[in-house]
Amino acid sequence: MNPPSSLSCDVVVMLEHGLHLSPAAQIVKTAQAYRSSLIIQKGDRRIDGKSMLDLMTLAAERGSKLRLEAQGEDAEQALKAIVALFEGNFGHVSPSDNQASG
Amino acid sequence: MKLSEFVVRDSILTDLQAQTKDEAIRAMVESLARSGGIQDSEREGIIAAILKREELGSTGIGRGVAVPHTKHPSADRLVATIAISKGGVEFASLDGEAVHILFLLVSPHERPGDHLRALENISRHLRNDNFCSFLRQAKSAESVIELLEEADSNQL
Repeated sequence: MNPPSSLSCDVVVMLEHGLHLSPAAQIVKTAQAYRSSLIIQKGDRRIDGKSMLDLMTLAAERGSKLRLEAQGEDAEQALKAIVALFEGNFGHVSPSDNQASG
Repeated sequence: MKLSEFVVRDSILTDLQAQTKDEAIRAMVESLARSGGIQDSEREGIIAAILKREELGSTGIGRGVAVPHTKHPSADRLVATIAISKGGVEFASLDGEAVHILFLLVSPHERPGDHLRALENISRHLRNDNFCSFLRQAKSAESVIELLEEADSNQL
């Protein structure tokens, strides 16, 4: 049996108001759909990407660079799904966030 | 940014009777208005904005905790209140559990960084099991404030 694969890539937070609660919830929900673990690193802090409280403690403002690390049998799919959230800017189409979001 | 600086002391509710999300948010915002944390004339607008935010997805983040919030033009600084529910509030949380600890935040539009740092601060302390269990047992606003001050100075 092969050891579980580990993949990583870097993303930048483009959300005007940073990685606030609703995009963080999207990350947790997406990550939880996969068996692989997801570690998110900002600077020297590494947190569990499947934990809402952990994610909120990153306080990742706009422009923050994050490293995503997925490990497990479906690491590639998990990483792709999380990167897609960042690439789609979490569904925010305009540069300004919805007023009610947060 | 310290918890004891942005949580409005006189607005803390240690025996929240509300059973639904709407009732809980209303009780907390009314308490913030009574204590002068927000302008009374803005109360209904702030309640509506927080409920609208909840429609986008529950702020019940699991482990019995919710952080309902809004950014509002009437706020000139970030203010927060805390409510403790012994019986639990149905909040459509991420993990489906009832909520016992609520942190409600109202922040100015133009300071998204403050909002993130407040959430960071609250989340960091809520990861501490001691903090959560002491908070749930608190019987008075004074004991909550003491706990926040201990958390601020990392004494827990």
